[in-house]
Amino acid sequence: MEIKIPKGLLYTEDHEWARKENEGIAEGITDFAQSELQDIVFIELPEIGQEVAQGDSIATIEAVKTVTDLYAAVSGKIVKINKELEKKPELINKDPYDTGWIVKIQMSDPAELETLLAPSEYKKVIQED
Amino acid sequence: MKERKTSLYKKHLELNASMVNFAGYRMPMQYSSIFNETKAVRNSAGLFDTSHMGEIEVTGNDATEFINRLVTFDISKLKDFQAKYTVMLNEKGGIIDDLLVYNLGRKYLVVVNASNQEKDFNWISEHKKGNVEVQNVGEKYFQIAVQGPLSEEIIKGAVKDDLSELEFYHAKEEKIEGEEILLSRTGYTGEDGFEIYGKSTEAEKIWDRVIKEGKEYNLSPCGLGARDLLRLEMGYCLYGNDITAETTPLEANLSWVVSLGKENFIGKDILLRQKKEGIKRKLVGILVPGKRIPRHGYKILVEGKEAGTITSGTYSPNIESSIAMGYINKPYDKEGTKVQIEIRNMVTEGEITGTPFWKQGTIKKKSSDRKRSN
Repeated sequence: MEIKIPKGLLYTEDHEWARKENEGIAEGITDFAQSELQDIVFIELPEIGQEVAQGDSIATIEAVKTVTDLYAAVSGKIVKINKELEKKPELINKDPYDTGWIVKIQMSDPAELETLLAPSEYKKVIQED
Repeated sequence: MKERKTSLYKKHLELNASMVNFAGYRMPMQYSSIFNETKAVRNSAGLFDTSHMGEIEVTGNDATEFINRLVTFDISKLKDFQAKYTVMLNEKGGIIDDLLVYNLGRKYLVVVNASNQEKDFNWISEHKKGNVEVQNVGEKYFQIAVQGPLSEEIIKGAVKDDLSELEFYHAKEEKIEGEEILLSRTGYTGEDGFEIYGKSTEAEKIWDRVIKEGKEYNLSPCGLGARDLLRLEMGYCLYGNDITAETTPLEANLSWVVSLGKENFIGKDILLRQKKEGIKRKLVGILVPGKRIPRHGYKILVEGKEAGTITSGTYSPNIESSIAMGYINKPYDKEGTKVQIEIRNMVTEGEITGTPFWKQGTIKKKSSDRKRSN
């Protein structure tokens, strides 16, 4: 199956994506991650207002095959969570980069974006996996 | 060890399956979605490649006696072309493997788990006694399963024969596309269904024919993900998870596959002693309302104290709840007992329940042979 790695997004080695939006980012898991997890049944979302550091576990994704954490791609404050996922966690499987977004984080240190991976770099990560 | 491929490997790639390593084989985990595939089997039919399973043939004048010493069920009771699910034990009464034994008249076919095929073959060969020949024929045969309420319609079209008289846990010789196959009314899903054994070289041809016959019945190819979910909805054991060399069939709620009245078999003395003294723990079904999944190795608590361990768990979209199996200390094995499961540092409530979890399976109609005796 062809794994989608859209241009214009940034990635982490833990298979999260981040999209720059105003003062912050939207974050979710990549197509590769959702295809590895397969049917997602449940997601535990963080609280709005929670302060997080880059690399902190901010959500738990329960899938049939396994359970995994979502790590904050950047440091900052959780300003939005995708409530729709509580009823329809399968959106992450169907549309990981758009309606399947998980959190929005207001960045405290925009320089951290430099530490994230470009699409071509992320492609190398999944080829090694 | 080099990863093995089944003779249907190309078919899985053509169908865009996501492939994983399982028991040394490159196998399809899913084609579309585990949940959709599970639903197809419950509502219409699903097609599985189970060629990774091992097959061992036993022939010779003393074959019946020989196998009877190795497995717990009295296979001398099997009529020609009848099959039985049973287990093979070590001297300590622990389960070496769970398997199917077919009496095919002049020979026995023993179908074993993929991960155990070398171990089983070696064990059986080492215990050879009398006039018997044991052959590992796993590579020679493919195996596919068609499971679901509409599977009879599909297979009927492929073999061009009436199958209404073929009873559950019975087999017959048939032909598909002119090729000889062994057609068995068995499965691992709780639905009516068939397992087909044939020569590996003909696997693709037969797979294609079954797919073609299944078109109008909504036959869906299914991967290992659906297979695991379906068996768990039925409370069927998975070797390595729910049963191991450290568990006995009495503990595993498998006394219905044990003939303690049989003259002798390896492990019998241990089972007799265990029966007399009483088992200390038992494999049970646990219903865990909600979507948090109890997984292999998680602790089971009763009133805050550790009382057992989860061996398998999943979320069932058909039951709309998380379900699990696990060993729990007596006397907490009684149905209705409230338990708590530690799921990632959070205590989740559950209840001991009878299996199957899924009670509407079409297997029921024809299952007189497999009814649990306990």
